[in-house]
Formats: sequence, C-alpha cells, structure tokens
Amino acid sequence: MHSDLKQYCLQLADNSLIHGHRLSEWCGHGPILEVDMALSNIALDNIGAARSIYAFLAEQEGEGKTEDYYPYTRDVREFLNVLLVELPNGDFADTMAKCLFFDAYQFYFYTALKQCNDSTLAAIAEKSLKEVTYHLRFSSEWVIRLGDGTEESKENMQRAISNFWEYTGELFQPSAIETSLQKTLQLPDLNLIRDQWMEKISEVLQEATLSFPLSSEKGWFQQGGKTGIHSEHLGFILADLQFMQRAYPNSEW
Amino acid sequence: MVTIPAHIAAILEQVFDPEVPVLSILDLGIVRSVEDRDGQLKIIITPTYSGCPAMQTIATMIRLELSTHGFQHIIIEEQLSPAWTTDWMTESGKRKLQEYGIAPPQYSTKNNPTNYLEVVVPCPQCSSSHTELISQFGSTSCKALYRCLDCKEPFDYFKCH
Ligand SMILES: [Zn+2]
Repeated sequence: MHSDLKQYCLQLADNSLIHGHRLSEWCGHGPILEVDMALSNIALDNIGAARSIYAFLAEQEGEGKTEDYYPYTRDVREFLNVLLVELPNGDFADTMAKCLFFDAYQFYFYTALKQCNDSTLAAIAEKSLKEVTYHLRFSSEWVIRLGDGTEESKENMQRAISNFWEYTGELFQPSAIETSLQKTLQLPDLNLIRDQWMEKISEVLQEATLSFPLSSEKGWFQQGGKTGIHSEHLGFILADLQFMQRAYPNSEW
Repeated sequence: MVTIPAHIAAILEQVFDPEVPVLSILDLGIVRSVEDRDGQLKIIITPTYSGCPAMQTIATMIRLELSTHGFQHIIIEEQLSPAWTTDWMTESGKRKLQEYGIAPPQYSTKNNPTNYLEVVVPCPQCSSSHTELISQFGSTSCKALYRCLDCKEPFDYFKCH
C-alpha cells in the first residue's frame, strides 16, 4: 500500500475514533436519558466508521495486522486526527459546539468522498454519510435550542462556539498528504468543503441567534494534529483507550 | 432484488436479529447474496449501521445455523456498498415489527420527508396518527423514540434509512 494513502486513511480513521471515544465519555452522564442514548449512538457510528477504515488498512498492509493494531499500539505522535476532536468535552454546550463543527465538516466531506477513485473509501463515505446526516441534525438542533433559549443557555452556547472556533481551521488546511493525493484519487477539495461548511454554520448560528466569535475575524487557527503534533489531551485519551493492550498485550475477551 | 437459493433461505429464515428478535436477517435485508457451489457457501452480508455491534454475532449465528444443517465450508463476507437501507426490509418483516410493538418504516427512502416534522408515524398500540417524536435516537441506532398522544404509550420507530 502506498504510504501516502495509508497516512490519509489514518487521518480519517483517527478523526472518527477519537471523536467517537470522546462522545462515549458521555455515556451515563448525559443531561437527560434521551441525550445520553443519542450521544452513545453517535459515538458508535463514529467508532464503526473508524473500524471499517482500520480493517481496510490491516488488509492492505498484511503482516498479520488486524484492525486493533492501529488504535491500540500506536503512540501519540502517530495519530493524525485534528485537534478539534481530542479536546475535552466540557459541558453539554461545549460538546454540541464541537459536534456541530465536526458533523458539518463530515457531512460535506463524505458527500465529496463518495465520488473518489478508491472504491473502499467511497463505500465507507456512502455508508457514513447516511449516519452523519442524523448527527448533524442532532447537533444543529441543540445549538439552535440552546442559543435561542434562555439568557443563561444562550450565554453558554455563545461561549462554547467561541471556545472551539480556533480549532476549526485545521479541518480545511490540507496536509502534504492530502495535497499529494487529491488529484489522483479525486479526493474532496477542502476549499470547497470550507465554503459549504461556512454557509451551514452561518445558517445555524443565525437561527440560534448567536454570532460568530470575535476571533473569527483574525482568521488565526490552531493546527498540528494532521501531522501528529497534538495537545496534551490526546495522551490522556490513549492512556485510557490503550491501557489493557499495554498492560496485557494481545489479550482478548 | 436479492435472490437466495430456496434451501438456504429456509435456513437463514431461522437466524434472527439479536437486537430485534422478531426479525430474521432476511426480513432485515442484510443478506446481499448467497452462492452455493456444491455445498461450499459464500454469503455476503451488509451492516445496518457502521457501529452495529450485532454484526459479529449475526455472522456467528449464520455459521452455526448452517453447520447444524450439514454445511461445512462457509465463507461470510461483509460488504459496505451499496449501503443498507430500510427499503430492503420485507413486507412480512414490517408486519412482524408492528405486531412486536415497534412502528415499521413508514416511507421508502425516496419519498421520506426531509423535514421530520412532516413524518407521520402511527402508534403500533392504538393506530392513532396523533404521535410525536421524543428523540431521533432510540435504544439502538436504527430506531427513534416516539410517544402516542392518545394512548400515551411511548414506542420505538424503526426509522427510514
Ligand atoms: Zn397509541
């Protein structure tokens, strides 16, 4: 397997895995039972999508690797997810802001990835897009409900939007790998995705009576995740996620 | 339309979805093809949702059911595309869901209203159409949670997907 394609697959899978893992932390802690179940379902969809890609990688790489090799044995610097998904959940408004940003990205991204030249990635995109459509609806509705809610919920939602804003730019900043593969594989054009994403976000914020954060005017964004430079938070996630395999290598149950 | 050799279909009809045990895997439409070459079977299945935790169990149950009927060479493969849709659910599957107390998908995905407020889901208990959505995500990914405004019972809706 071409090493660029491998890295590209890891970017996609790591995004879904880490986002799913974060959302799974809500299980048993949701503000109401229905939200608890929804977040757990969304977490499962994301982890499922990640598994499909890891399984594809394992099959391509051979050498006795299985889908478990990638989430359980790589260290922090080998993970290529964007910083946005590794950030702590914060409160419910924070999580909904993070989800809105990421779901809207995934929605337009998978829509475009369905057209790519790699049949496995296209199939995964086709499958995931149907699921992400629900995720995006869920997060948009909550941002609107909280934004256009009470004075307190509005203040919290606005703060949450501002908290995560500087982590959104990285989604659309192509890594060297994305640039090198884009033409041959007909991968999504991140500039186009950004325009579609921006339109959707403005629409939701407007309906939620929220405004773009002040920092959005500066156009400065955090980045690093796509090249393996992470915040300290990812290390803590992996400590939790990988503990069993580190302590008891190859254990099964 | 998937055609499955009748002698195999009769066996697969006995393999039930572990999460909605009234539905066979044929009712669900997740068996995409079956090839029987002199007793060597190749079966292609597709997951309902990416994160469906039941897929592995279903594969094991298929293997078990077929081997008790004497089949020894069974290959089961998972295929993602075309993505599973509730349009593949059989009419008898929908009827069984209804009787089980889960409202079956009400639309084909081609005419499912994009605005869910326009979706009408009759109550599986009293048939009233006076129902409302509680949550888009029910006890599993494939279901949404509704409540009946007449008989007051909450119920699951197997949503169009
Ligand atoms: Zn009723």
